[in-house]
Amino acid sequence: MLHTLLKSIQKSTRTFSGGIDPEMSKITAAAAIATSMQPQLYILPIKQHIGEACEPIVSVGDHVKWGQKIARSQGYVSVPVHSPTSGKVVKIEEHATPHPSGMGLPSIFIEPDGKDTRDKSLKPIKAYRDTDPTELRERLRLCGIAGLGGAVFPTFIKLLKDNRNPIETLILNGIECEPYLTNDHRLMIEKAKEIIIGIDIIMHMVGAKKAIIAIEDNKPNALEMMQETLEILSESFPDSTRIEVCQLPTRYPQGSEKQLIEVLTGKQVPAGKLPMHIGVICQNVGTSKAIHDAIIKGRPLTERIVTVSGDAVPRPGNMRVRLGTPMRFVFAQHGLETFDHVHLLHGGPMMGEKLKNADVPVVKSTNGLLAMHSTSMKEAHKSEQPCIRCGHCGVVCPVSLVPNLLADQCRNKQFEKAESYDLFDCIECGACSYVCPSNIPLVHYFRYGKGQLAQIGREQNFAHASKQRSEHRDDRIAREKEEKAAKRRVVREKHVAKADDDKTSAGKPDHDKTADHKTADEKKPKTTDKTIQKDKPSPKSPPGKASSGKVSS
Amino acid sequence: MTYLLTTTAAFGAFTLFFAVILAIAGRVFKIEGNPIADNIESLLPQTQCGQCGFPGCKPYAGAVASGEAEVNQCVPGGERTMLQIADLMGVEPKTVEDEATAPMIAFVREDECIGCTLCIKACPVDAIVGAPKQYHTVITEHCTGCTLCVEPCPVDCIDMLIKPELLEHWSWPLPDTHRAQLAIERKGQHASHTS
Repeated sequence: MLHTLLKSIQKSTRTFSGGIDPEMSKITAAAAIATSMQPQLYILPIKQHIGEACEPIVSVGDHVKWGQKIARSQGYVSVPVHSPTSGKVVKIEEHATPHPSGMGLPSIFIEPDGKDTRDKSLKPIKAYRDTDPTELRERLRLCGIAGLGGAVFPTFIKLLKDNRNPIETLILNGIECEPYLTNDHRLMIEKAKEIIIGIDIIMHMVGAKKAIIAIEDNKPNALEMMQETLEILSESFPDSTRIEVCQLPTRYPQGSEKQLIEVLTGKQVPAGKLPMHIGVICQNVGTSKAIHDAIIKGRPLTERIVTVSGDAVPRPGNMRVRLGTPMRFVFAQHGLETFDHVHLLHGGPMMGEKLKNADVPVVKSTNGLLAMHSTSMKEAHKSEQPCIRCGHCGVVCPVSLVPNLLADQCRNKQFEKAESYDLFDCIECGACSYVCPSNIPLVHYFRYGKGQLAQIGREQNFAHASKQRSEHRDDRIAREKEEKAAKRRVVREKHVAKADDDKTSAGKPDHDKTADHKTADEKKPKTTDKTIQKDKPSPKSPPGKASSGKVSS
Repeated sequence: MTYLLTTTAAFGAFTLFFAVILAIAGRVFKIEGNPIADNIESLLPQTQCGQCGFPGCKPYAGAVASGEAEVNQCVPGGERTMLQIADLMGVEPKTVEDEATAPMIAFVREDECIGCTLCIKACPVDAIVGAPKQYHTVITEHCTGCTLCVEPCPVDCIDMLIKPELLEHWSWPLPDTHRAQLAIERKGQHASHTS
């Protein structure tokens, strides 16, 4: 009995609160990664990461090489965009991106010449262990590496050796807890060596003491593959003992960064903090492979693995797709040509976003492309019923929020209240919407609430800035008026003094006269004479006139 | 009789004592400015557009605080601002008659600009740059869309354009469900009950 108790305690340290066990439907798990054909036209949006957009540095008609930088980053949280093939820039204009709004971004259109000539300006860094981490970091930035798990946060920012926050543990995320998606799974099987070298590069860069490759127990072949590769590499690779492969029970959303860290280290990342503040960094296996390519081969990020799946796809599979390939072309290679009564999802079924149409390009965040028959999609959005207070949503919430309450607040526009109930801690995993027996689109309400709060914040900031500018303007106008008045006063006083002087014919020797006055007087005797003559007929009136003049101005 | 005298004297002394304290407190804890006006001003969108009939947001806030203006005169603030001001002032909400259009920004057609600087002087938030006899241009991020620059322009080279929506500023709409619509309706009914 004590044994089972100990076991349950041990088990409880290896999990997170909440979570669900959705049907996994990983139908493409055994499909080897195929390589996509060349489309007739690549479409590259100038922003494929979280952060500031890039600025195109090529113009229409330019010939570009494979891997050549075509848009440079502006700002810190940004990585450049590279050409996915050699060819000609045919146009630069706005085009729809994979975004729920269906809105567009300026995009660079490249027509391939079929030669695939590589740009060789970036030299491979084979001896990365002897290279300064800052140089490697700059290389990763230049290669446009962003987190390939789906969040696309620029990777170089995370890989910072900071003495205030020393990194103890590197966690390599091979969880892939979203149903249907198998791109990380296949990558671990087919590119295990590259992933492990990528881990070694990251460990060198941040000075991590150990690394954990986390894999869920529904991917035993990936786990075996990683372990075998580690053993093979251990001969040439002294540090491989510091890399550990860890099997975790399948549970959604275990692949979420903060949840995975809690499972593996037992530490919680405080709200508003980053994993590095508790000495952990987390990278996706795909990112690790991209880091390997950038450092060892000197190749920028121009392709990624995409799972093309869903019940509307005749031949589902995993595919190496170059960034910028139109999704219609990707689906066509898997046998899906028409999109009537088909829902397209960018990402997995839990967190993915619905696409308006297939005429958008594959970008750095595209880990999965799902096409589902409309009939198999749950129509949660249409059939929302009243909340019955069953509490299931609170039980499954991995960040221990009260989803039903938050949804009520967002629905009734009590946004500040929702914020005080930690709306912004929601990771939008969709577990609450999944279990809700009343089909309430909870996550949709949270996204709405978050968007409205951000909008209110932006408006307040704008109002504050406008107010400040308006106040500065008022101050400036008042100051200018004052200065003008002061100038006029000086001139008037001078004239009055001159008139008095003239009248009494230097009768006041101690009269306040500055050197400037004197020189001015000496320089312009004629004008002063004139004014004196003007003033002379009414010698008593000038002071009154002067003051009244000042007031009227 | 003595009772009456002592009582009167005692109360007189008390009155004097408290009067002195109040007088001192009134001096020491005097509040500068008008706190109600400041609170109202912080609710206004600060476009300085003058559509309320006052020469800026601050004068309008002062007028509302002193009861000279109604709570529903801020056009760009719309219903939300009106409800907030009404709540703060403890008065009944009124309907906002002039509906604010979509957020606008001014745009100077530079080819036609003669560089007269009149629009620069008219801009309440210093969002137009330029110099005499040089083209002027509007700093898009700073423009509040108040339209005050349009009228002074002698060659009519300023257009008011709809502010382009940025992808980063897009936010999810309310879910398209019956219950979400119901919540909006109820909210409206609640507002009309309380008024």
